Amino acid sequence: MLGEGIIQGLVETARNFFGSYVEKDRLTTVQYPEERHELPEASRNFPFLLYDGTDAEAGLRCVACQICEKECPPRCIHIEKSKDKKPDFVGKMQAYPAVFNIDVSVCMSCQICVEVCPFDAIRMDKVYELSTSDRFGGLLYTKTELAKPNEYYQEIHPVEAAETDERRAKEAEEAKARAAAAEAAAKAKAAAAGAASTEPAVTR
Amino acid sequence: MNVSAQAADQIFVTLKHWIVGFVPAPWQTLVSIVISVATIIVVFAALFAITTVFERKGLGRMQNRYGPNRVGPWGVFQPLADALKSLTKEDIVPRRADKVVHYLAPLVLVGVVFLTYAVLPVGRNMAAVNLDTGVLYFFAVGAATELAVFMAGWSSHNKYSLLGAMRAIAQMISYEIPLILSSVAVIMIAGTLSLVSIVDQQARYSAGIAHWNVFKPWGLAGFILFMIAATAETNRSPFDLPEGESEIIAGYFIEYSGFKFALFFLAEYLEMFAVSGLGITLFLGGWSSPVGFLRWVPSWLWFFGKLLALIFAFIWVRGTLPRLRMDQLMNFAWKFMLPMTLIVIFSAGLWRFLSPAVVGPQPLGGVIRWLVCALVIFAPYILLARTLERGRKIEKRTYRFAE
Repeated sequence: MLGEGIIQGLVETARNFFGSYVEKDRLTTVQYPEERHELPEASRNFPFLLYDGTDAEAGLRCVACQICEKECPPRCIHIEKSKDKKPDFVGKMQAYPAVFNIDVSVCMSCQICVEVCPFDAIRMDKVYELSTSDRFGGLLYTKTELAKPNEYYQEIHPVEAAETDERRAKEAEEAKARAAAAEAAAKAKAAAAGAASTEPAVTR
Repeated sequence: MNVSAQAADQIFVTLKHWIVGFVPAPWQTLVSIVISVATIIVVFAALFAITTVFERKGLGRMQNRYGPNRVGPWGVFQPLADALKSLTKEDIVPRRADKVVHYLAPLVLVGVVFLTYAVLPVGRNMAAVNLDTGVLYFFAVGAATELAVFMAGWSSHNKYSLLGAMRAIAQMISYEIPLILSSVAVIMIAGTLSLVSIVDQQARYSAGIAHWNVFKPWGLAGFILFMIAATAETNRSPFDLPEGESEIIAGYFIEYSGFKFALFFLAEYLEMFAVSGLGITLFLGGWSSPVGFLRWVPSWLWFFGKLLALIFAFIWVRGTLPRLRMDQLMNFAWKFMLPMTLIVIFSAGLWRFLSPAVVGPQPLGGVIRWLVCALVIFAPYILLARTLERGRKIEKRTYRFAE
């Protein structure tokens, strides 16, 4: 009958209208800024530097090897190596970056700096509300702005952080085991050298 | 009706008489006229503001989203924001446009649309002017809106604007005929063109139900045809091709910006209210209550309640139906609605002449009369629909390369 389709359409819209007040999952609008979308685990925006412990200077993992600076495609990272050294998480003396700047207006979030870093020092952050009214200075992030604790990394990327922490714990253990073995070997050698020194020299 | 209900019903009339009483005798008619006009302008402009919010929120909810909800709680101050926006926008007039006509077009449109409110009885004793030929006046003034549309299209010196105006006028003229013919059935039965007496005749009750025209078969069909023609008259979805935003940007008001655009918008909504008001007066019993025991509710409250219901129906239809193409629109008007309205007039005449002497005593006679008149409308409706659809074959689409 003519008009049947129109009536069906009207019923459908009426159902939408009244349903939108009654069923909560009809309205898929996310009311920004009161609500925000849940970002997936692996989403990324701009990089940040990691530090262990509570002191951003002493616990900073970055050793200023400058690999990320060289690999960065748009060359947005600027590093200046320090003149002195400080110990890293396995105890070895390493340099640290005196200046570490990332220009996020240039950064293209390709994650290459993260992939090449041998020290797990740089990772991708998820924060996207970064607008500022200062066009040049406001988008140049320095070391103090970039350094964030490992706990923050565990919060935003729990799976990745768990993997990284496990690997680093294992490496720290192996390093300790090697150091203990080297110490034991050195002690054994010293003892042997000490024992050998009390004996007369071997005649030729 | 007891005294307090009567007082509430006539409160605006008594208020007006009280104010007019303060003025010396020679000035009284003028002051009375000014008060009526000012009231109409204020009330219907306020209704326009409320309708814009309802429309946006209603359409949003029908599309499973929130409407505007930032300005004020639930977005109620949105019309204020819209008004500020339209007032502060730059008023651009094309260099080769006809300046006088370009300036006058929105003013003429708004002025003419306000004129149509003069004869609508919004309550008992509340028609601004009680004309004997109210219906004729309404349609005559309403046709002048087409002039303003053409003024807008022609003076903009823009071929798309002119094209939009031509299509708008073609649509409005084609739908004038079903609009007027569907009201002719009511006029025939009422025997008068005066809107006040048409409502008075519908405000009678038998067995607790009012004698609304919509309760009769020719009234129901006539009401539906009237509302369809009204939707087309006011360029409202799904007949909004002249102002379709996705097709010809804005049709005849492309070259208007800022407040003039707001005036066109205002005029469209006011025309919608006016023609709904006429539909309510002719078919839905104007200010009368549908059932006898609800007569204590003030008459103006009934009128505005029905008006709000019709506005919601307009919004509902807008949210549901896609836009009609120009040829579909014209075919619908001339090939379907015109024959149907003529059949409705015939059915109304049949209703008048099927007196109890012919069909037998009440209530069986009344039922027979109702069924016969309904059949006289329904059967041609089905046959006409079948005939018109026969030429069109809608096949199932097959895609060669997509699975």
